[in-house]
Amino acid sequence: MALVSGQNHGLRLLSRYLVLALVAMVFLFPLLFMVVSSFKPDGQLLADTSSFRAFLPVGDISLDNYAAAFQRAPIGQFMLNSMFVTIVTVIGSIAICSVAAFSFVFLNWTGRNILLTIILATLIIPFETIAVPLLLIVSKLPWMGFEGMEWGWLNTYRVQIIPWIVDALTIFLFVQYFKDLPRELIEAARVEGASWLSIYRRVVMPLSGPVLATAAILKSLKMYNEQYLWPLIVVQDEAHRPIMVGLGYFFQLDVAWGELMAYLTLISVPVLAFYLLMQRAFIASIASTGVKG
Amino acid sequence: MASKLTRSNRAGWAFALPAFTLLFLFIILPFFFAFWFSLTNQRLISPNPTEFVGLQNYENLLGVAIVTLKPDRDENNQIIRDRDGEISYPRVRTITRSPDFPQYKGMREWFRWQSGDEAKVVVAKDVVFMKALVNTMLFVLIIAPLQGGGALGLALLINQKLRGINAFRTIYFMPVVISIVVISLLWRFIYDGDDGLLNNIVSALTFGAFEPVDWLGNKDTALGSIIVMSAWQAMGFHMVIWLSGLQTIPATLYEVAAIEGSSRWQTFRYVTWPGLRNTAVLVLIVITMQAFALFSQIDVMTKGGPLDSTQTLVFQAVQRGYGKQDISGGSVISVILFFIVLTISLIQRYLTREKR
Repeated sequence: MALVSGQNHGLRLLSRYLVLALVAMVFLFPLLFMVVSSFKPDGQLLADTSSFRAFLPVGDISLDNYAAAFQRAPIGQFMLNSMFVTIVTVIGSIAICSVAAFSFVFLNWTGRNILLTIILATLIIPFETIAVPLLLIVSKLPWMGFEGMEWGWLNTYRVQIIPWIVDALTIFLFVQYFKDLPRELIEAARVEGASWLSIYRRVVMPLSGPVLATAAILKSLKMYNEQYLWPLIVVQDEAHRPIMVGLGYFFQLDVAWGELMAYLTLISVPVLAFYLLMQRAFIASIASTGVKG
Repeated sequence: MASKLTRSNRAGWAFALPAFTLLFLFIILPFFFAFWFSLTNQRLISPNPTEFVGLQNYENLLGVAIVTLKPDRDENNQIIRDRDGEISYPRVRTITRSPDFPQYKGMREWFRWQSGDEAKVVVAKDVVFMKALVNTMLFVLIIAPLQGGGALGLALLINQKLRGINAFRTIYFMPVVISIVVISLLWRFIYDGDDGLLNNIVSALTFGAFEPVDWLGNKDTALGSIIVMSAWQAMGFHMVIWLSGLQTIPATLYEVAAIEGSSRWQTFRYVTWPGLRNTAVLVLIVITMQAFALFSQIDVMTKGGPLDSTQTLVFQAVQRGYGKQDISGGSVISVILFFIVLTISLIQRYLTREKR
């Protein structure tokens, strides 16, 4: 990259950065506004929204909104619920889906092709199609229904976890990745007399870092961020409610904007921090779901 | 594939079975239940046994007819007009409630237009569903080019060799990792009619010439506002997919184009775009599928209002299946949604066929 004809080149470079920065403002400013607003008492906040002060932490800055938000709703409980549901689902999903994908790629058994076809065919079913009958199923499931038999699994953690553990996309990601692993490794281990389970554990899993990261990122985003409709209809009970549905407390008319912004900031900080730490892996995982086929 | 691996039926099944069982119980089974319930009068709690009703539910949802209204005439057979010269017609109710027209029973006016002296009125059995269907289609038709095109623009912008370009990529992608529920609530504040940031900033920029708009409270702007916000949120997602498509285009093609002296536009038109064909199909399909599932934004921002201007299929399915505990009603909408999505995937298969 040689520097060609000084001034002209510099101007062109500057204009490119200018365009990039202007576009960046479009994506950054609403989020900046959210975070900055959460530190302003409502009087200050509403006075500032008519100018660029809206994006600057100026004037009366305080943590009052956060204190008020915590008072209004059991945010700590919601946060723990969401984290718990997310972590258990991600671990369960990775374990069960990767084992299944392992058997589809490396083991030769009767029925594997048809089973894999059925699994991949479910990719086309939108969750919205099955939400209503699934509600009926889980409300009638008696198994482990401690909280009262007639409502089955409603108002539990398990109703938020178990139906979400297996999804065709995660199996698909593992299958695609395993297909590219050298089969000689597995065959050699087999000749050595290793059992399938130990091949999975000692040979395949240590090689699966990238796909594990991809599956974990996609699943945790899904569970933490996008779980709204399902818990909305199956969890009425505060003790099990995830943080997205916990927002219901802030729907009332009298709620102050600053307080709401504090709650939204609290929800977003963990996932934003996670993203900024591992942004390459995040972006790669989205790209890998796109470039299939 | 000539695998040397031994047949291992027992291990194979044992490894795949946990996944398949869960998938069967929580996806496949409810999927077939959805079809079954849509043919019955199943409710969440009901003292009466469930009955099979055939396609009745579909008819109640999709029933549409056109009624022609003849103008009211006075005793001299003159058309009666009101003060503004508008022709007066008999009320639609006189037809939909009349025993003479059993085929229109229970239908309500959806919309009407004038044809000569007569008025043509489209009546539907379920006007709210029809509005939800039209709104969903509208949402899809507008957001697909807006979001897909915007994302392509971002991808082209980010696909340059510049110092620090990764920082910009990180910023453009940021809204993707924030929950749509959070985004919806944040934008409710931005769109607010009284205190909203958007009105305030725009009126400050125009020195007060701009009349504040209640973006979500006005039936003409509500859906559009939700479209813009949704496109904004997911643009970074599709940018990444476009970007990985761009990176599959061989650099030699660009070199050739440069040697041939093609302009920027020509390079895009004859090198970049043809290389992106499959990516374009993928991006459009993904956007379309997501758009048909539109729910969270509606539930958080407008609840389908004002005046049903933001009703959508999924919102209706949830409202009926859960809100009104009408499992069969919700299932019918779900099944219709499934057929729409199925059609779109078949189109995708067709468009990307030669690749396989």
